[in-house]
Amino acid sequence: MRKLYSALKYASIAALMISLVALMAVVAYVLINGVEKLSLNFVFGEYHPDAPTLLPALIGTLELVAIAAIIAVPIGVASAVFLVEYTRNKGTLVKIIQVATETLAGIPSIVYGLFGYLIFVVAFGWGYSIIGGGITLAIMILPTIVRSTQESLLSVQEGLREGAYALGTSKVRTIFKIVLPSAAGGIVTAVILAIGRVISESAVLILTIGMVVNKVPESLMAPGTSLALDIYYFANHGRPDEAAAAAVVLLVLVVLLNLLAGWVGKLIKKSTYGEAK
Amino acid sequence: MNEFIGSMNIIAKSCNLYYGDFHALKDVNIDIPEKEITALIGPSGCGKSTFLKIFNRMNDLVEGCRIEGEFRIGGVDIFDKGTDVNLLRKNVGMVFQKPNPFPMSIYDNIAFAPRTFGITKKSELDDIVEGSLRRASIWDEVKDRLRKNALGMSGGQQQRLCIARSLAASPKVLLMDEPTSALDPISTGKIEELMDELKKDLTIVIVTHNMQQATRIADKTAFFLLGELVEYGNTDDIFTSPRDERTERYITGRFG
Repeated sequence: MRKLYSALKYASIAALMISLVALMAVVAYVLINGVEKLSLNFVFGEYHPDAPTLLPALIGTLELVAIAAIIAVPIGVASAVFLVEYTRNKGTLVKIIQVATETLAGIPSIVYGLFGYLIFVVAFGWGYSIIGGGITLAIMILPTIVRSTQESLLSVQEGLREGAYALGTSKVRTIFKIVLPSAAGGIVTAVILAIGRVISESAVLILTIGMVVNKVPESLMAPGTSLALDIYYFANHGRPDEAAAAAVVLLVLVVLLNLLAGWVGKLIKKSTYGEAK
Repeated sequence: MNEFIGSMNIIAKSCNLYYGDFHALKDVNIDIPEKEITALIGPSGCGKSTFLKIFNRMNDLVEGCRIEGEFRIGGVDIFDKGTDVNLLRKNVGMVFQKPNPFPMSIYDNIAFAPRTFGITKKSELDDIVEGSLRRASIWDEVKDRLRKNALGMSGGQQQRLCIARSLAASPKVLLMDEPTSALDPISTGKIEELMDELKKDLTIVIVTHNMQQATRIADKTAFFLLGELVEYGNTDDIFTSPRDERTERYITGRFG
């Protein structure tokens, strides 16, 4: 028996090593190939056919994040509040929404892309546009935001709600003053992680924003590009080094966002549960 | 709008309460006098906590809970359409078994109810906060850290903070649901002293599992068993010469 246990232990250590090595290989490969091209001008400079830059992609990504967050966060949080605080997470409607959100969260993003293409590009006649892509991304992250906000709200102790009601506090005031602040850490973390998904998404955008890599979009109705799309474009157009450099920028952004998510979550938890301001 | 003014006695007439099909309280009649401490005792599941929660209508939040009967506090029919449930709860405070301070500063905890009812002036809030903390005899312990998070306090302090938080709403009645069962003997003693002080202005109803506690603090005691109010009277009489055999068996520890 003891032999079996130690064999299992070494097997799991080996598995861990393999996944670590694979991860490090990816990061190392991207860094080695990308760092050379990386410069301030490459990231922020004006685009030139001979010296492509990431400026249009940076601005496009920023706009996409803003649109997706502005649409998905309020709707997602409000939906979760309704489900948890008003229906007590019970009933047929909740079950349907639950199944729907879980299914939507599992759908491959290219399906969202196709939906965005058929609706915004074709049916609405907007053509390729940043706004169409942003709205499609909002729809894509909505289920995750609903789910994780639900979890955060459910983790708020029932005693806090009862305490507020017992003081004659209305339901709305209880939600805004007690429940949402207590759940804020988890909600903000979830939103930042969802933004990470928006930044790294490519399939949706290929079908909705048009991959115009050489021009900063003039308006939200104009076509554009994003960091992830630039990687695809450069790799496809004989510029593997630029693709790797764009990947480095994307990687750094995603890592920073993940760190930020953890840090902000902890900070808010501390200000609600630890030392007061 | 029904206002809560005057004498704050509590009356329940022919009270029946159901959770779905379960008949949890059976024809309970009681007249709880004002400015006294009344203890509700009985074995777990006898309905005493459920009964307590009728009076600030916390059972409204429980799905499938149906209440019949007549309930008056200070003459006001608490289930009447003209009775605002939030105003009722402002006047009928509640302290829970597990201390439940809000995750905010000590000051904001106490100021929560006054702010809910529209008091925003700082000097006024300051007075209420200090007054409430003094009444809950915790002012000296916390006056230097009012801006600190309430969750950093000990369990006993948190419970007295919750009492102060209720007092800040200037209630006329205080319902206490096993307020000391999660606390050590010293904290329990402090809260019992505090209750004795508070009954000068408040009608207090306390659910307790601890019969010694009932004898120490309660003027009147009501014994519940299986959803029935078996016996109700002066605490001394209940514990020295109970009229009902079931009461006697319970207080002598022979069941429950």
